[in-house]
Amino acid sequence: MNAIEVKDLRKEFKAYSSRTGLKGAFRDLLTRNYKIVPAVNDISFSVKQGEMVGYIGENGAGKSTTIKMLTGILTPTSGKIVVNGMNPHKEREKFVRTIGVVFGQRSQLWWDIAVQESFRLLKKVYKVSDAHYNDHMDHVIKTLDIEPLLDKPVRKLSLGQRMRCELAAALIHNPPLLFLDEPTIGLDVLVKLKIREFLKEINEKYNTTILLTTHDLSDIEALCERVIMLDEGKIIYDGALKSLKDQWGDRKELQFQFLENVNIEGLNQLTAEMSVKWEMDEKEQLFTAVIEDIDELISQVISKVVAAYKIKDVKINETSTEEIIRNIYEKGLV
Amino acid sequence: MDKYLEMIRIRFLMMLAYRTNYYTGILIYSINIGAYYFLWTAIYGGKHHMVGLSVIQMTTYVAVSWMARAFYFNNIDREMAMEIMEGKVAVELIKPYNYLGMKTMQGLGEGIFRLLFFSVPGLIIVSLLFPVKFTWNPTVWGLFGISILLSFFINTQLNLLTGITTFFFFNNSGLIRAKRVIIDLFSGLLLPISFFPGWAQNVMKYLPFQGISYIPSMIFTNGFSHQQAMNAIWQQFMWVVVLVLPIQLLWYIAKKQLIIQGG
Repeated sequence: MNAIEVKDLRKEFKAYSSRTGLKGAFRDLLTRNYKIVPAVNDISFSVKQGEMVGYIGENGAGKSTTIKMLTGILTPTSGKIVVNGMNPHKEREKFVRTIGVVFGQRSQLWWDIAVQESFRLLKKVYKVSDAHYNDHMDHVIKTLDIEPLLDKPVRKLSLGQRMRCELAAALIHNPPLLFLDEPTIGLDVLVKLKIREFLKEINEKYNTTILLTTHDLSDIEALCERVIMLDEGKIIYDGALKSLKDQWGDRKELQFQFLENVNIEGLNQLTAEMSVKWEMDEKEQLFTAVIEDIDELISQVISKVVAAYKIKDVKINETSTEEIIRNIYEKGLV
Repeated sequence: MDKYLEMIRIRFLMMLAYRTNYYTGILIYSINIGAYYFLWTAIYGGKHHMVGLSVIQMTTYVAVSWMARAFYFNNIDREMAMEIMEGKVAVELIKPYNYLGMKTMQGLGEGIFRLLFFSVPGLIIVSLLFPVKFTWNPTVWGLFGISILLSFFINTQLNLLTGITTFFFFNNSGLIRAKRVIIDLFSGLLLPISFFPGWAQNVMKYLPFQGISYIPSMIFTNGFSHQQAMNAIWQQFMWVVVLVLPIQLLWYIAKKQLIIQGG
């Protein structure tokens, strides 16, 4: 059974625009201008039980809107959603028992009271038995290392501490499906690593399906085999992260720094018969040759350049995922 | 049911987390009761009876209605407005409970807390300072108990209604403030309903507000006969039932066209 099944999902919002000036403001009191903007534009995809999927896109691409529809908070304008075999919006109370959600930018813990009181309430809300709670949560608390934080009020926790508690709170009922909306936003590297480790572990242990949105692609690289890429409400890529890399990461970058003054025309002339694209960073006097990933070609370029100029530093870079994705967004490669 | 009881407990903890609020609350209520006591003694000006209430009954009315207010009054309308405006309501909607029910329970937790740690000690202090007369008739206490519970529900329902309107207006702090003034005035907290002009009393018979403060206070001060009291409680109960309808309707519409603010 698929954990998530989405077909032709669409969500439209009314976008109001204000008229200019005082006269416009008075006219706005009576009638307002608006456009209908689709935030999510007829998307379809499905996620299998136990998959970890990265859901990425620029700000305003429609990621959060999709998550809110999948969790039953927003009603879709049209389309079909089946999550855990249910319609999220129709059977909300029954449905939300089967999911866990972490919104990186909002807390689901009570601000003024100790963390463990929030846990206690959630335990009652989800009707988790004592035995089950102790067995499961002891482990979660230990792995996330939040034992010493439990008796502190949430407002006294740092962001990283709070985030770990949020994650634990979302897992109290051990849901088979976990939605994470920017869970690592603003966290330091150590906390990020800890959270990633933990997510991997519960995925292996309980076969938990995880849908993750993030701006930090290293999260996706560390966790997800599959990515769904969204742009202006449409899916522009859905598939394995690896094939994305194979397909678009077939270039290498050679970075040169020279000891003498070099201009880009000279370099272009030097490698005229090879397909090399030179780029220059004026500020740091950094020259970059973008070439196809063929071993022979790389050594040819290097030997030519080294023979012609005195060099200070050479670096060979593979195209990073970040760059691939930037390319896709900028040039619409998919 | 467990989770709703747990919510009441959480609310207790939250009230305890803000002790300063608690102390200033006692101070403000004492000042209010004192001010109204002196105002009413000046108005009575030596007369023993006015519109069927004696000075002592009036003083008791003022003290009891303020103490009852501590129980039925809550800020869940403002809390809901905040949650909706900041988009926090999203987090509430992913929990397997009824949002409005949970809000009501939070209000109840707050009410019980204030009743125990605020109204009861407050009433003892007031009864030492001012000439108030308490009845020891258990029937009156019983009816009063039922009556303030119903006034809690009426007031909370009105709060929920005001809170839900945030979904449509996005910023309704003006409406919330207006609602509070209307309730204080029309519920008989500031002035017993029997002091209003006849036509206004007739209009208010058809409004839910007097069920919030006037009815329980009149029951407590023996301003009502037994039959009147029973009728009044029945009337309160009817309002509780009737108000469910617009709340459910607005909530249904609100959920349909919900927009979560701030991403």
